[in-house]
Amino acid sequence: MDLDALTGCLASSACLVTQTTSGFIIGMLLFLVAVGLTLIFGVLKVVNFSHGAFYMFGAYFAMTAYQLTGSFALAIFCGAAGTAILGLAFERVFMSRVYGGDVLMQLLVCYAFVLIFDDVVKLIWGPEFKSMGMPAAFQVPPLFIAGGVVPPYYLLLIGVALAVAAVLGVGLARTRIGKVIRAAAHNPGMVSALGINTGLIYGGVFALGGMLAGLAGALAAPVRSLTPGMGFSVLIESFIVTVIGGMGSILGALIGALLIGMIRSFGSLGFPLFTDGLMYLFMVIVLVARPTGLFGKEVA
Amino acid sequence: MTKSGQPGISRRSTLALMGAGAVTVATPWVARAQAKTIKIGMPTILSGRVAQLGTSSRNGVMIEVDKVNAAGGLAGRQIEMVIRDSKGQPQEAARVARELVNTDGCELLLDGEASSGSFAVHEVARDLGVLCIHTCSEASSLTADPKQHIPNAFRSVRQGIHDSIVGGSYAAAISKAKGLKKWATCAPDYAYGRDTTGEFTLYLKRFAPDVEIISDSWPKLFQPDYTEVVTKILQAKPQALYTCLWGGDLTSYIDQANIYAMFAQMEVFAVNMADYTALTVVKNLPKGIHSGNRYIKTFPATPENAAWGDAYKAKYNEYPTNWSWQNATAVMLLSEAARKANSTDGKKIAEVLAGLTIKCPFGADGTVTMRGDDHTLIGYAIGWGTTIPQEPYVPEVKAGDWKTILELEAEWKKSKGYT
Repeated sequence: MDLDALTGCLASSACLVTQTTSGFIIGMLLFLVAVGLTLIFGVLKVVNFSHGAFYMFGAYFAMTAYQLTGSFALAIFCGAAGTAILGLAFERVFMSRVYGGDVLMQLLVCYAFVLIFDDVVKLIWGPEFKSMGMPAAFQVPPLFIAGGVVPPYYLLLIGVALAVAAVLGVGLARTRIGKVIRAAAHNPGMVSALGINTGLIYGGVFALGGMLAGLAGALAAPVRSLTPGMGFSVLIESFIVTVIGGMGSILGALIGALLIGMIRSFGSLGFPLFTDGLMYLFMVIVLVARPTGLFGKEVA
Repeated sequence: MTKSGQPGISRRSTLALMGAGAVTVATPWVARAQAKTIKIGMPTILSGRVAQLGTSSRNGVMIEVDKVNAAGGLAGRQIEMVIRDSKGQPQEAARVARELVNTDGCELLLDGEASSGSFAVHEVARDLGVLCIHTCSEASSLTADPKQHIPNAFRSVRQGIHDSIVGGSYAAAISKAKGLKKWATCAPDYAYGRDTTGEFTLYLKRFAPDVEIISDSWPKLFQPDYTEVVTKILQAKPQALYTCLWGGDLTSYIDQANIYAMFAQMEVFAVNMADYTALTVVKNLPKGIHSGNRYIKTFPATPENAAWGDAYKAKYNEYPTNWSWQNATAVMLLSEAARKANSTDGKKIAEVLAGLTIKCPFGADGTVTMRGDDHTLIGYAIGWGTTIPQEPYVPEVKAGDWKTILELEAEWKKSKGYT
């Protein structure tokens, strides 16, 4: 425990800016993965343990597109679009067969595909780790804001994640398709009786969830090494975020992700040997105080 | 007194037969010792995040095994390698090692495991008595600690303590020249990271006593995001950083530290940087990172080493790793020991191996020696230098002095109560 370092940082604007930005960066990537997870659970009532694989595919798709075209924008698009198509196919062919079934069966299908997807990546891209490299446009010196260090690439990353949060929030609350999705989550039988194709809704939500994880993978690719199985560690932290925020809540995922980001960022200064422990401790406290998570709703 | 004269087998003969049977069941390689080919078993990591370790180990072994077979085999017997995946799990490594001997009939073992698995395979070798050469584990205690010593186990690998002595001495010289007094460390939070960092700082402070460690970070092994570690180090404002992160963790760390311009703000000493696995993967490698040599075909700067590196690349379409040369060295040692012993019997080979010096492209003076008293490799090329982003990656390597290394290693062993 190093409380002096923590209090020293809180008293310094430079440190405060650097660590807060660092917390935002960690949190925003987690949010993009966790929001897909929570969306799929909220609508389909499926805990998608294979969600980390979409993050992995997003990173690999982006790296390949970047190597082929040299365009970072196209790389991000390919990462997101590729995983959306993969998510749709996965849902239609496999997951749709286990809806409403035994939870254990859903878990087994998801876990089987964690292993299968890892091996597919190994077959296509090889078992060794890869690096995409930072696009030339972002190979620039960091910005100094109030003495704190802020890399421009991370500003882009935070901006994209916040835009996704806003579009999802507004889209689900205000648009017709958003209302249909929420209705399908609440009472799929009634939605189907009204002549709406719920299979299409489910497939679309799964594709959207996969796309968001793929987008996170594509955005992370320039700064993280790419390996088969890279989605697993992200998945664990995303589950923590989802549980803290409340399963099925988009706002919960955003707040949960930011809280985890800040805990990691400031915890590494004050509690360097207990940073991971702090995350779990916080999760336990939230669950004891609010078993459904910060923004979760009681199950009727 | 006369014999009973009963027909059939006498009690003494029965006991002898039972004894022989028991030995054959317990040590099946004895029964197969005269088979035409000799099977050598090798547990290694062929899947998971460090699968590259296993594949480059396998490649290093096979390139030399092919040469031995082409030259007539191991004391006249063709080598058949039986290589199995341990998935990097110690219990699986031990199970595979036991199975290779008891079921597959392997007469010798090459242990291509990382440190955690090597200690497990070591116990299998102790139990079965089969000759075993550890080809990847750098943990010093594997051979330095007398409690670990068994006559049938050897290590053809660089040792953490050797790297730390050379690295500490190299870093101290730069510290003094550039006035680097405030240091930070960043290492993966497991035995290798803790031990190596401890040993490096021990020798850094010994050679440069005014150095102070002002910040230490211990990210998890395979942690995806190092942002909080990078910013923590930036806050501490050290003049120099030591890290023993490796493989994908090191490349992630470099990519993430790069966008904070961390490498412009401090001297970085990354012991595992100068390995082709990392050097060729990082797209924006900063200039001037100090690193220990892992495998570089330009160090030692001999035609033999360069030819070996090129032959490996021609065969496998990638450059060798640190693990490749260590595994290749194990086969070179085995081959020479079997030739001298004129036998493939594990005990006879072990007797010759202890203290054996062979010509080797990876030797500091063109030879390496399997030290007799603790069964570990010495005399291999070891040094530190600074990296550049293109070949030869480390243009100048400052070689470590083996006389100093051995003196300090002896002192260290004494301080640990090993001698």
